[in-house]
Amino acid sequence: MGLQACGDPGSAVDEPPPLAAGVEGAPTAQPGQAPAAGQTLRAVKARGYLLCGVHQGLLGFAYADNNGRWRGFDVDFCRATAAAVLGDGNAVRFIPTSSTDRFSALQSGEVDVLWRNTSGTFSRDATLNLAGVNYYDGQGFMAPRASGVRSAKDLDGARICIQTGSTNELNLTDWFRAHGLRYQPVVFDTEDKARSAYDREQCDALTADMSNLAAARVAMKRPDDHVLLPEIISKEPLGPVVRHGDDQWTDVVRWTLNATILAEELGITSQNLQAQRQSQSPEVRRLLGAEGGLGRMIGLQDDWAVKVIATSGNYGEIFERNLGAQTPLKLARGLNAPWNGAPSGLLFAAPMR
Amino acid sequence: MSPPRPRPRQPLAQRMIDALRRRPLDAAAALAVLIMAAWIAPGLMRWAIIDATWTGETKAACTEGGACWAIVTSRWRQVLAGFYPKDHLWRVAAAALVLLAGVAPLLRRRTSGLALATAPAAVLLAYGVMEGAGVLPRAPTDYWGGFFLNLFIGLGASIFALPLGIALALGRTSRLPVVKGLCVAFIEVIRGSPLIVLLFAAAVVAPLFTPAGMTLDKLTRAMIVIILFEAAYMAEAVRGGLAGVPAGQVEAARALGLDRWRTLVFVVLPQALRIATPALVNSFIGLFKDTTLIYVIGVLDITGVLRNAVTDFAWQGLETEAYVFVAAVFWVFCFGLSRWSASLERRLSIPGKSA
Repeated sequence: MGLQACGDPGSAVDEPPPLAAGVEGAPTAQPGQAPAAGQTLRAVKARGYLLCGVHQGLLGFAYADNNGRWRGFDVDFCRATAAAVLGDGNAVRFIPTSSTDRFSALQSGEVDVLWRNTSGTFSRDATLNLAGVNYYDGQGFMAPRASGVRSAKDLDGARICIQTGSTNELNLTDWFRAHGLRYQPVVFDTEDKARSAYDREQCDALTADMSNLAAARVAMKRPDDHVLLPEIISKEPLGPVVRHGDDQWTDVVRWTLNATILAEELGITSQNLQAQRQSQSPEVRRLLGAEGGLGRMIGLQDDWAVKVIATSGNYGEIFERNLGAQTPLKLARGLNAPWNGAPSGLLFAAPMR
Repeated sequence: MSPPRPRPRQPLAQRMIDALRRRPLDAAAALAVLIMAAWIAPGLMRWAIIDATWTGETKAACTEGGACWAIVTSRWRQVLAGFYPKDHLWRVAAAALVLLAGVAPLLRRRTSGLALATAPAAVLLAYGVMEGAGVLPRAPTDYWGGFFLNLFIGLGASIFALPLGIALALGRTSRLPVVKGLCVAFIEVIRGSPLIVLLFAAAVVAPLFTPAGMTLDKLTRAMIVIILFEAAYMAEAVRGGLAGVPAGQVEAARALGLDRWRTLVFVVLPQALRIATPALVNSFIGLFKDTTLIYVIGVLDITGVLRNAVTDFAWQGLETEAYVFVAAVFWVFCFGLSRWSASLERRLSIPGKSA
């Protein structure tokens, strides 16, 4: 027996999909045994909802509100993926995963996809599939405004608070050596401790990934007393991850992301979506499924991108809603601006054709 | 010779002054503690209670200088039950009541034997109510969370670990070298590893080795690991109890014609468990607090839910309240348990025998 689905698709249901008897879990894959192509998509459709692996709680990226509804940058992409596949952005169950167990959760089939602030690297791509980059991050520095430091090059001889054991530590060493500068590392075993040490002025600067620094700055007593320095000293391309071997599912996830990027490029927003469906522009028509029948090629409905944009909006909307100037994080678009934007960034999705 | 008559009691103040005069170092320490308490308490009271904010939808409702408990009250459902579906919260309440009812017989000496049957039954029933068990709509364990999860793991793991721990303790005293060796090896390996490492192994390594189609969910895997971990510690507590049973008891039982099993079940174990009770409760308290470690495998227990809450812009920056609240909840439960354990010891103590 199962519960009846409550609420119509698209309504703001503050609940996970209704409980139901029946198939649970995603298809599993043995190590070294790839899931067959199409398996994940079929399983998600049969189940009726997506199992999306998210962060356990990261300011701006993934968190639950008072009513238990998940929100955030990565969460919006989960909903977009569900919308692409099932036509309903609420047909998702959010599975919190820790940084340690996220990949085994994916491989064992506890989740269909990770939208979990994961840096793509060679070795991760070798065992899993990276399905794009939804946030170009990089390591940077934060310093007190009063110190007069305006560039990382001003940090010669500075004490720098850092979390130990992270790639951040290696990047820091490399960068200072490359620039012939000296620094004094003040290391902590967790990011929180590094952050609070900086707050207590035990060091002159704090280093971490920029998105984390932005979150750290919000946590300071007076956020405006601290500046993020312009130098980015490492590449951290954060993006969705899926199981190796199911190429169709990789395409679905990659193009969900691409649809949001293309929509921004083409000026399609969740607000003007209905008007844009009447557009004569061939590119817009192909993206929104009015012609070309492209959705079917990856096992989706022709109007999949319409559902994606109706659910989460275009990339710019998702960014501004969760991370942008209107939020306490106040992150600038930076690298995460369209390639042809002003100023331009790295978002460059392959065309729909 | 009659015992010395107690001296007539002097007024409290007089006794205190006498005690302090006899031990000046203690007096100084006591004074220091009192001064510190007097120094901290008013500020703490002011922060935690007098100036505190109790309700609100965002941190904007919080008053400056006081604790903001609105972060807890505004999401009490998550704090208690995680993300369990709203329409089914009664199942969480029912499961919690079932769990508590299952261990309730322990509170009375006459009924405590019943707990042998009711406690494991309660854990299985609570699991069934929460999961659905084919009768109710299915809610697999990844729906579970909040304080219920701490309660379920703490009680459930202890209840199933105890028989295993007793078996291990008996195995450790076995005359068969293979049995003894295996038990010793198991206990020492488990006791030699931090729980957090075993949890990682359960979450990360185990799924890679289970055959396809036979997947155990994350919480079940963690539960198994916690049961094994707790069993190893309980085994040592029980072993201590076994060692405390006088040899004469066994000899007397044998002389009465009881066979080895009857000797064990009716003579040795009841006494051994009585001796081991404080140590067992102690290890239960330790385990109960350790249940918060499941955060590392991505499960949102009461700690996880509140850690998540402070990443909501609405509550960002209220880490202190979140952690103080969790600490207070665990303190209330653990302090209650240790008081209960102390009273249990008194009731179980054999009259005329100093423990």
